Amino acid sequence: MELLSYVLQQLINGLQLGAVYALIALGYTMVYGVLRLINFAHGDIFMFGAFTAYYLISKWDVPIYLVFPITMAVTALLGFLIEKIAYKPLRSAPKIALLITAVGVSLFLEYFLSLNSLFTPNYIGFPRPFEVTGYDLRLFTITNVQLIIFAVTALSLLLLYLLIYYTKYGRAMRALSHDREVASLMGIPVDGIISFTFIVGAALAGLGGILYGFAYPQINVFMGIMPGIKSFIAAVLGGIGIIHGAVLGGLIIGVSEVFVSAFISSTLRDGVIFFILFLVLLLKPSGIFGKWIDKV
Amino acid sequence: MLMRISHLYVRYGSVRALHGVSLEVNEGEILSIIGANGAGKTTLLKTISGLLRPESGDIDYRGRNITGERPDRLVRMGICTVPEGRRVFPNLSVKENLELGAYTVSRRRLRQQLFDLTLHTFPKLKERLSQDAGTLSGGEQQMLAVGRALMGNPQLLLLDEPSMGLSPIITKEIFSLIRSINAEKGISVILVEQNAHIALEHSHRTYVLETGRVVMEGLSDVVKQDPAVIEAYLGCESLE
Repeated sequence: MELLSYVLQQLINGLQLGAVYALIALGYTMVYGVLRLINFAHGDIFMFGAFTAYYLISKWDVPIYLVFPITMAVTALLGFLIEKIAYKPLRSAPKIALLITAVGVSLFLEYFLSLNSLFTPNYIGFPRPFEVTGYDLRLFTITNVQLIIFAVTALSLLLLYLLIYYTKYGRAMRALSHDREVASLMGIPVDGIISFTFIVGAALAGLGGILYGFAYPQINVFMGIMPGIKSFIAAVLGGIGIIHGAVLGGLIIGVSEVFVSAFISSTLRDGVIFFILFLVLLLKPSGIFGKWIDKV
Repeated sequence: MLMRISHLYVRYGSVRALHGVSLEVNEGEILSIIGANGAGKTTLLKTISGLLRPESGDIDYRGRNITGERPDRLVRMGICTVPEGRRVFPNLSVKENLELGAYTVSRRRLRQQLFDLTLHTFPKLKERLSQDAGTLSGGEQQMLAVGRALMGNPQLLLLDEPSMGLSPIITKEIFSLIRSINAEKGISVILVEQNAHIALEHSHRTYVLETGRVVMEGLSDVVKQDPAVIEAYLGCESLE
C-alpha cells in the first residue's frame, strides 16, 4: 500500500514534468512538420517565456490571468522574428545550413541574454503568485500547481487539436507538411503558414516556461537547454511531425525521468532519457506513431 | 487572348531548359503542349504556375504581367494546377483534399457551388469523401487532383501529364471529362502530355516543344497530319 502510494505520487510528479515537455515538444514537431528543421532555438523560447513571466509577476505586478496571454504573445513574437530573420532567408539553402543557423540562434539567445544588463547568468527565484497547497487524496497528494499544469496543458492541447484538424489554417499546415510545392499550388501562402506555425509553437513553449516556473521556481538563462533536448527526444520518441506523438512522448519522458530519480538514482535522470533516444533510434527511428521505414 | 508568353528563358537546376519560348492561349480553348522527355514541357508549366522563376521573358495574363508571381497569388487570379503524378495529399480525406483546393475561395456559397459542381463532374468521388486519398486507385486520384483544382474556381487549368501511369481506358475517361469541363464551364486548359496521340485528339491547338524551343504550332487537327509529327510522335502509338 505504501509502495503503491509512492508510485502513484511519483507518477503525478512525472506527469507534471511530462506535461511541460509535451508543450515544448509540440513546437519542435510542428516546426519539423512544415520546415523539416529541428529548431534548436526552441528550448530558448521556452526560457524566454519563463523570464517574461518572471518580469511580469515580480517587477510589474501583472495579475496572473494576464501573465499567460502576455507571455505567450511575447514568445510568439520571438518565434515569429527568429523565423523571419534567421530561417526565411535560407528557404532554398541546403538543410544543413538551416540546422547550423538554428544552433547559432540558440547560442546567440543564451549568451546575449546572459548579459548582466539583461537576464543575467545567475539563477533567479521565480515568484509564484500564489501559495502552494497540497490536497491529500489518501493515495497521493496533488498540489494546486499540478492541477493548474494539468488543466492548462489539457486545455491548450484541446485548442491545438481543434486548430489543426478543424480549421483551414490547420488543414494548410498539414498540407504543407506533406508537400510544400503542391500546397502552394492550392493557393496556400506557404511563408504565411510557416510563420503561423512558429507563432503557435512558440506560444506553447512560452506557456511551458510559465508552468515550469511555477513547478520548479528557479530560472536561469540556460534553463532551456536540457528541457529543450529532452522535449526534442520526446518528439522523436512519439514520431517527429506527429502531434499526438509529441504529447505521449513528453509524458513518457517526464515520467521516466521522475521514476528513475525516485527508484534508481537521481544522477541517472538525464542519462535515462538519452538511453531512451538510443533505443528509439535503434529499434524504431520513426517513433511510436511513425510509419515503419527501412532507412533511417 | 487569355495569356501571352513571350521569349521565356528558364533554368532548371544548372541547365537551361527553355530557350525563348513564346506562346498564346486563347479564351476558352484547350491547348496542348507535346514533346519528348526533357523537351521542357514540365518546366514550362511550372513556370506558368509560378513554381519556377524565368531568367527572362514575360508572361501576361488578362493583360497583366504575372512574371515571377508566387503560385498562391496566381491561384487567386484563377490559374489552378493539376500537378504531374497527381500528388494528392494521401493522409487527408478526399473531402479535405477538395477543401484545400478551395483554400482561396472565401465565400461559403461559392465554395458549396464548386463542391457540388466537382462531385457532379466526378460522381465516383462522392462515395469516397471520407476515405483517405491515398487509398484511391490511380484513376480516382487523378479525378481527385482535377477536382481539387476545380475547387479553386479556375479560369485557366494547367494539367501536367494527366495520362501518366493510367490505363488507356481511364486516360480516355479523364480526357473526355476535361473536355466537358472546358465546354460546359468555359474553363481554358493548358495540358502538357507525353502521349501526343491523346493530346492531339482532345485539344484545339497544339505546340510542339523540342529541347526547350517551340518547333511547331497550329490547330491540333492540322498538326496531327504533319509528316514530321507523325514520324516523331505518333509513329509508335499507331502500332498500339
